Amino acid sequence: MNSFLEFFSFADPNIRYVAFGAVLLTASSAIVGSFTFLNKKSLIGDAIAHAVLPGICLGFIVSQTKNPVILITGAFITGWLSLLAVEFITARTRLKEDTAIGLVLSVFFGIGIVMLTVIQKSGNAAQSGLDHFLFGKAAALVGDDLIAFGSVALILLIVVYFLFKEFALLAFDKDYARSIGFPVRIIELVLTSLIVLAVVIGIQAVGVVLMAAILITPAAAARFWTNKITVMILLASIFGAVSGLSGAYISYIAPAMPTGPWIVIVISTIAFISFFFAPKRGVINRLFRQATIRRTINDENVLKAFYQLGEENKNFFNPHPAEAVLRKRRMQHGAMIKILERLQAQGYLEKAKPGWTLTEEGKLRAQRVVKIHRLWELYLTTELRIAPDHVHDDADTIEHLLTPELEAELERILQFPKADPHQSEIPYRDR
Amino acid sequence: MEKEISITPALEIHDLTVAFDRKPVLWNIDLKLPQGKLVGIIGPNGAGKSTLIKAVMGLLPLSSGFAKLFDQDLNDIRTRVSYVPQRESVDWDFPASVLDVVLMGRYGKLGLFNRPRKADRDAAMDCLKQVGMEQYAHRQISQLSGGQQQRTFLARALAQQADIYFMDEPFAGVDAATEKAIIELLRNMTQANKTVIVVHHDLQSVPQYFDWVILLNTRLIACGPTASTFTQSNLQETYGGKLTLLSDVGDLIKRESFPNREGSAKQAL
Repeated sequence: MNSFLEFFSFADPNIRYVAFGAVLLTASSAIVGSFTFLNKKSLIGDAIAHAVLPGICLGFIVSQTKNPVILITGAFITGWLSLLAVEFITARTRLKEDTAIGLVLSVFFGIGIVMLTVIQKSGNAAQSGLDHFLFGKAAALVGDDLIAFGSVALILLIVVYFLFKEFALLAFDKDYARSIGFPVRIIELVLTSLIVLAVVIGIQAVGVVLMAAILITPAAAARFWTNKITVMILLASIFGAVSGLSGAYISYIAPAMPTGPWIVIVISTIAFISFFFAPKRGVINRLFRQATIRRTINDENVLKAFYQLGEENKNFFNPHPAEAVLRKRRMQHGAMIKILERLQAQGYLEKAKPGWTLTEEGKLRAQRVVKIHRLWELYLTTELRIAPDHVHDDADTIEHLLTPELEAELERILQFPKADPHQSEIPYRDR
Repeated sequence: MEKEISITPALEIHDLTVAFDRKPVLWNIDLKLPQGKLVGIIGPNGAGKSTLIKAVMGLLPLSSGFAKLFDQDLNDIRTRVSYVPQRESVDWDFPASVLDVVLMGRYGKLGLFNRPRKADRDAAMDCLKQVGMEQYAHRQISQLSGGQQQRTFLARALAQQADIYFMDEPFAGVDAATEKAIIELLRNMTQANKTVIVVHHDLQSVPQYFDWVILLNTRLIACGPTASTFTQSNLQETYGGKLTLLSDVGDLIKRESFPNREGSAKQAL
């Protein structure tokens, strides 16, 4: 707990730098990654991430130092090369893009690992810490490194700010962008360079192996919460920043621990929560909505049964026991009782002897369902020429779904007919 | 007919050939369209109707020939040309509202880097009104019906304030009432001397909808005023069986990795 306060009070300037750096890197990666996500190019990010490793090693071999500018340049070059390789393979061979990505990813990464091993065996003292690029180490982000990687992050943010509209348009409708004369190739080139740069700086925090997670997961998580692209990207950057900050903290309290996996665990947890609990798009909410719909269907079916019983003995307000309703509508007795009691609580049914009876409101609601059912059957048989014995099941669904506007439209099209295809009367509300 | 074309043609296509994977899908198309007409592109599936539009819009590489709009290159008059892609060509689950999409119609005029201004929003709203979608302006686009998506695209095209419009199947997935409203709108546009070129599927409505027709089946069958061109014999030629020889030769070109033109051997490498 002590270390927690120590870290998050940001009193120590070193902690401030590390925390600021981690947030900047992960947030800017998440922002650029949002466009990768919207372009449905998530796998490409993974390929680039793995392909920058040989570039970093090459930068080190050439300069024999860990000068961040040289390492960034090397990473940028091989990152781009991997993209060109994917593009070339997809265009010039029969291999599909996913295969090309898999190929390029493993070949580049393999070469990178070989080079890294050679460097580590070479006995050059300067190489220690190069393996941080594999799994990331936010705490290593100090001094010149922070300045170099921080400025790249700033460049990313500035370019995205100015080309926001263009990037969004390209992700939505590339042909249209071309048709209005936008230089699509160049904009794509810029975006791709941004992605490569985002990867190059992001690996400081997460490492090449898990870089794709910080690029894509924040955007994927943010998408659950909003339908606005600006809000989505803002959320993605916040999610990224939170995970980056936690990574820095873990790096601080457990120096032996690689940061990357922890950042990924945090961002994955955020994605997990979004997946389940986000309003509208979240799974829980969807399940909840489906349950509500099922309940409505059950309720209306029971009311309909009351109505049909009422039609049979010409009095809609006769009481019926649960058993009588069950004959019309098969289900378990306990479930039926529950529905009846719910309808009573809602004021559509009243307790009577024996059983329950419709209230005025209950009758009206049941009547509407029956009306729509019969109108729809008629619509299917007359307008779509479907056989009368095939229309019942379809109408059973539609009767719970139709909005008042569509209901009125249906009445207008059919001109308020008196009976359905099975000669049952269509009940209208007194007009 | 000569007289009608004597003023600058809205569209002139000369010896246009388009190939996919070297196999030609459009052979040597030659045609001219006058200004201010509602033009239908008619032909069976795979006839190259969308390809023709895309080729004119510079979205596909040409194997031969050129297209000129108002006697100029497309690149010189981009702001006067509008393109409406097929509805299914985009992912409607994209995080954008209807107004966002219509605003894209202003991007050409805005140019790079500049953000839409309030005036652009006003213009976009006005276009939404014209297609009867103003109450949906802030609706997420994934919640739209097919017809509403189509009208959104149409509003985006209107926002471009162009002189010539290319529309790829604007009636696909649209109910009868919306189709009528759209055709009404297109009529009004041609009355203001705009040229509207539409890929169309339903033969029945052709005489009623279009002033001109382009009959296409990988080659140009006919192009002219509907009354004189939309004839039984032309239709027979358009729909009556493929020219098997033509498509066999196309397959051969693809199989043998031949260039479409002798001069372009290098490009096909």
